[in-house]
Amino acid sequence: MKNVIEIRGLSKDYEKGFWKKKKIRALDGLDLDVAPGQIYGFLGGNGAGKTTTIKILMGLIFPSGGTAKILGKDISDVEVHSRIGYCPENPYFYDYLKATELMDYFGQLFGLEASKRKKVSEDLLARVGLEEKDWTKQLRKFSKGMLQRVGIAQSLVNDPELVVLDEPMSGLDPVGRREIRELIAGLRQAGKTVFMSSHILSDIEALCDNVAILRSGTLVATGRLEELLASEDGDRAFEISANGVKAAELISIPEAISGAVVTEKPSGASIQVFGDENIGTVLTEIKKAGGNVVSVQPVRQSLEELFVKETTDS
Amino acid sequence: MFRNILAIARNTFREAVRDRVLYNLVVFVLLITGCAVFLGDLTAGNEDRTVTNIGLSAMLLFGVFISIFVGVSLVSKEIEKKTLYTIFSKPVGRGQFIVGKYLGLCLTLLVNVAVMGTGVSLALFYVGSGSLAASIWGTVTLIFLELTIVTAVAILFSSFSTPALSALLTFLVWIIGHFSASLKDLADGLGSAAAQWIFGFIYYVFPNLSHFEFVTLAARGESPSAGYLGGVFLYTLIFNTILLAITIVIFRRRNLK
Ligand SMILES: Nc1ncnc2c1ncn2[C@@H]1O[C@H](COP(=O)(O)OP(=O)(O)O)[C@@H](O)[C@H]1O
Ligand SMILES: [Mg+2]
Repeated sequence: MKNVIEIRGLSKDYEKGFWKKKKIRALDGLDLDVAPGQIYGFLGGNGAGKTTTIKILMGLIFPSGGTAKILGKDISDVEVHSRIGYCPENPYFYDYLKATELMDYFGQLFGLEASKRKKVSEDLLARVGLEEKDWTKQLRKFSKGMLQRVGIAQSLVNDPELVVLDEPMSGLDPVGRREIRELIAGLRQAGKTVFMSSHILSDIEALCDNVAILRSGTLVATGRLEELLASEDGDRAFEISANGVKAAELISIPEAISGAVVTEKPSGASIQVFGDENIGTVLTEIKKAGGNVVSVQPVRQSLEELFVKETTDS
Repeated sequence: MFRNILAIARNTFREAVRDRVLYNLVVFVLLITGCAVFLGDLTAGNEDRTVTNIGLSAMLLFGVFISIFVGVSLVSKEIEKKTLYTIFSKPVGRGQFIVGKYLGLCLTLLVNVAVMGTGVSLALFYVGSGSLAASIWGTVTLIFLELTIVTAVAILFSSFSTPALSALLTFLVWIIGHFSASLKDLADGLGSAAAQWIFGFIYYVFPNLSHFEFVTLAARGESPSAGYLGGVFLYTLIFNTILLAITIVIFRRRNLK
């Protein structure tokens, strides 16, 4: 199937200073493809160019070079907006409107019938976990987290095929984050494509099928999350937990296997080794020392490690 | 397309109505009219003239301030607070937004002018001049048309400049607009080619707001003829259309911060 988002050589220079002479390159020749039906994570440190990319896709700012297509249409085509949803970073809405009025207004801009607007608004406000008593409060009285929820609700008014979320978890408490995470996972279930930027890596790790990592306006890594996280060397690491035994009683393990590390744990010990051929030795040694094996787990590179590696010079 | 323009206009009107500043100004004009009645008591025999003069002049002045204030703030607020991000991610063109916003502001002005006009009419009834109470409405219409131009100018400036500068520039255009015709006559009389060129330029580029000046005549019980009103209406329509077209061209290319 065709890509939902197709970005080719996208660049953006911001002009600085009174005479607009000084230029800041925020995006530099970005290429990106997002296939349908997945949750795509767009990562990068502060100022990497995530918001800039998203604003170009939404037609809010114009690229200095390159092209981009959404659902097969050039981004200059406003009509394709009827099939997409967007929640900006730190969304802000009309102070003087109530949440239901805002949803109704946006429903009008999509040409929905009044009865449909009412139903959709109430469904969505409930779905993003906004309490019913807050629906008819003016938005000026909303907290950051509540506005974030409204922002996500309004991005779904038109039942879009593609939802673009810029830092959807920011400002939310742990419960809110979990609710929104479930909502986003639900969107994939419903066959939608989600393109989300985030710096909260645990959310990305829990949700995304594919990710792209951006650094200073260029792509530094892209692909399936699992593949990126799989250890790059053939020797995968494993962690073995045991109880009923102290770390001091297992010194035979690092002696037998080079690179093995034994750590004392409250209930026993944990051993890290590289290479699955060493697991058997570890298990035998634990038994010899009179301990019980509790678990054997492969150790994945965490997204955080990958992120730090790709976005810093070290 | 019209659906979007209508929705945006309606929302703009709602915002203006919920903005308390607007109520304050209306109350203020009503107070001024009250003062006029009081003054009228002092100038025996001329109450109706004084009330008409002060009432309509105040209406124009307050109308201009409302037009500038609301025209500039409502548009630049949407840019600064980024409420436009969610608007333009929907199937809404930038031109539709400008036109919708403009029509919403005009509706706001219409309601305002109507309330103010009613206030002046009531004051005139109070001082016993039922005929003036009716005849001022032609002049009130001219004031409203003038305000629609001021608003279009305010939106034009705020499509590319800061709120403070936009307000200042709009105010200057309003002042110059009232003098441009006299300046041109003056320059034509002087016979200097350079002066003629400069003032001719001003005359054709700036709105000629002398067409809308009728307050002094209105105080004498005169009323603009239907033909005159129609002509001024046409002039306003053409001028505003051009202003909005320029605004849209500029706004379409703007990167939203
Ligand atoms: N309106 C702007 N004017 C000038 N520079 C900007 C503007 N917006 C963003 N930038 C710069 O562009 C770069 C990318 O910013 P942004 O896209 O917001 O990054 P991210 O969303 O990944 O944190 C940063 O260096 C930022 O300072
Ligand atoms: Mg950002």
